[in-house]
Amino acid sequence: MHLIYPAILAALLFCTGLYGVLARRNAILVLMSVELMLNAVNLNLVAFDVWLRDELHAGQALTLFTIAIAAAEIGIGLAIVLLVHRNRGTADLDRLRDLREDETTDGTTGATDREQKAEAAS
Amino acid sequence: MTTTTTAALVPLLPFLGAVGGILAGRRAPGLVRPLALLPTAVAAVLAVVVAWQQGGGRALDASTRLTPTGSVPVDLALHLDGFAVLVAVLVGVVATCVQLYSTAYLRDDPRYPSYAALVSLFTSAMLLVVYSGDLMVLLVGWEVMGICSYFLVGHYWETEAARAASLKAFLVTKLGDVPFLIGVFALADDAGTFRIDGIVRTAASGDLSHPTLTALLLLAGVAGKSAQFPLHTWLPDAMAGPTPVSALIHAATMVAAGVYLVARLLPVFAASTAALAVLAAMAAVTMVGSAVAALAQDDIKRVLAYSTVGQLGYMTGALAVGDRGAAVFHLVSHGAFKALLFLGAGVVIHAAGTNSLAATARMGGLAKRVPDAFWTMTVALLALAAIPPFSGFFSKEAVLGAAEHAAQGEADGIPGAVGWTVLVAGLLTALLTAAYATRLWLLAFRGSGQEAADHGRQPAAMTSVLWVLFVPTVALGLAAWKLPDWFDGGSLTPTLTTSLLSTGCALAGVLVVTAAWRRTAALTARTPLGAVAADPEEAPAVSEEEAIATHEAAYGSVSGAQDPADPGRLLLGPLHRHAAAGFHLDAVVHAVAVRPARGAARLARFLDREVVETYVRGAASAPGLLGAAVRRAQTGNTQTYLSVLFAGSVVLAVAAVLVASGA
Repeated sequence: MHLIYPAILAALLFCTGLYGVLARRNAILVLMSVELMLNAVNLNLVAFDVWLRDELHAGQALTLFTIAIAAAEIGIGLAIVLLVHRNRGTADLDRLRDLREDETTDGTTGATDREQKAEAAS
Repeated sequence: MTTTTTAALVPLLPFLGAVGGILAGRRAPGLVRPLALLPTAVAAVLAVVVAWQQGGGRALDASTRLTPTGSVPVDLALHLDGFAVLVAVLVGVVATCVQLYSTAYLRDDPRYPSYAALVSLFTSAMLLVVYSGDLMVLLVGWEVMGICSYFLVGHYWETEAARAASLKAFLVTKLGDVPFLIGVFALADDAGTFRIDGIVRTAASGDLSHPTLTALLLLAGVAGKSAQFPLHTWLPDAMAGPTPVSALIHAATMVAAGVYLVARLLPVFAASTAALAVLAAMAAVTMVGSAVAALAQDDIKRVLAYSTVGQLGYMTGALAVGDRGAAVFHLVSHGAFKALLFLGAGVVIHAAGTNSLAATARMGGLAKRVPDAFWTMTVALLALAAIPPFSGFFSKEAVLGAAEHAAQGEADGIPGAVGWTVLVAGLLTALLTAAYATRLWLLAFRGSGQEAADHGRQPAAMTSVLWVLFVPTVALGLAAWKLPDWFDGGSLTPTLTTSLLSTGCALAGVLVVTAAWRRTAALTARTPLGAVAADPEEAPAVSEEEAIATHEAAYGSVSGAQDPADPGRLLLGPLHRHAAAGFHLDAVVHAVAVRPARGAARLARFLDREVVETYVRGAASAPGLLGAAVRRAQTGNTQTYLSVLFAGSVVLAVAAVLVASGA
């Protein structure tokens, strides 16, 4: 099989993932899109590993690593999203903007913001 | 004990007394008075012993070198000659009198312990100056005296006048001390030593590289310390201090230190005719100007202060004509009678409850209330006016005799013009001195009007001291025949011509003022004037402090008074206003020195606040603004961040590809 097919597939997968990360509002969908991007990378690793005929199969080994790490990452990510959803009642990325810089650099509003966050966390 | 050991103990004892007084002040208040009085008294006795053992013979020199300094060595040296031992006796006796007087004068003062300790420290420093044979060690004593003077003038620091006066005294004397220090270094550079005998030898052999410049630099310090024109303005203001301090520091001892120093270093000054001419001009201006100013003062202590300035002018005059024997003779006799006058003035201020002559002129029978002060001050004023046979007559005659000697061209290396300047100014001042002494006496003791309030007898500690100082005031004149053995050997006895001339001048002054007073005395009843602070139960210092604090409010100025019954006003006419203000020298200083200094300070403040600080503030606010601009990017939307991140990676990737392909 020619290298071009897996490469194009990987590029398509990556672009889909990128679009999902940048455009979707739901945090879970964003995480899923990140997985798509990771898998595009995995596909590339495997394809090039075969094409280069690497004796040590470093590409395949690295792919296994990536899958393991991606599993751990998605676990933590989903746990965070679950907690955010429980506290806030939403997992909408557009509405999770507490870390934004206020227009006014007034200390008091910052303090009330922090208080609200503390209440929300408890 | 050898003479040297005894002499070393003389400055040491008051110093230990000062340290002990400071330490005991709070813990053992009962010890403060003995600690103030005894060391000073013992030092005075030891000073007499030293004088007795030295006996006016050859100068004794002893020195020890504490540590090598590398260049010009500094020695702890004693130099005991006739001048040193006699001046030390004067300092010891006056300091003991003043300490005794202060125990009564400031008896309830909460700050008495520190006051007494400072007076002891001052005494120690002055004795160090007198005995020291090394200019650096002398300078230590010189500066310690300055700082003690600062603290003691400001003793009544609750009053504005005292605070201002203490600062002024300190700053003006320091203004002279800086050139003085440079002069001392110049001398040491030429002579290779700070020892006075070495410097004198160098100067006598004509090895000074810049005699005129060095002498003039030294002269600045002397003018500051000895209150000579144009640095004399601090002395009248220093009268805001307690009276005993005025008697000790600003009449008898510290102000005489400058004269004493010139006497010790006379060969340095004699090496330059120009320096002698400057000295003579300074003395003449000081003498005549201060005597006129004294005639216009209302505060009894300011009259005496200007009088001190004038008498110091006589001493510098004597030095200008190269006769240090006459100068130190006048220093000693003046020290005695001027201390007596000040201490008597303290008694009068307490009894009258005012320091204003305008007020005492409207007070009858003050002389009966304070008979001790009346009699002793009368004699001391006669001595001040140089009426024979009191001590002032003989010492002033010695000065005038020396001036006449120089005017005839009989003194080596002294121009006749210098002699004539001193002689003419001296005779004119003799007239004026007699005039203001008479005015002081008439206004203080011959007032008419309401009887002075009876405050009971003055404390014995105060009146007895007056009689102690009365003895040298009356009898020191007899020493004129004995003193040449102690000094350089030049005759100090009066000569017929100058005696007749100066006594004639003095009598004329007395008669003119008495005649003027007869005309004006009637006016006292018509124009009531005067504010009296009566605190008969309190310590005398309280009356004085109140009098100083209220003088400007009651009489319109710190120095003069709007009193038409003042014979000085009649005699001086339009000059009175200017003389009362010290010929506006303070205003001139204000215009010449104070205002430019203030302007420079404002400029410096402007440069600092508006120019330098702008850079500093800019260094802080520019990053602040940049930060605020960058902070705007923090929208809180993760996807925005990621988009920017992606865009950045694309740009970088494209750039990397372009670079790699070599495009």
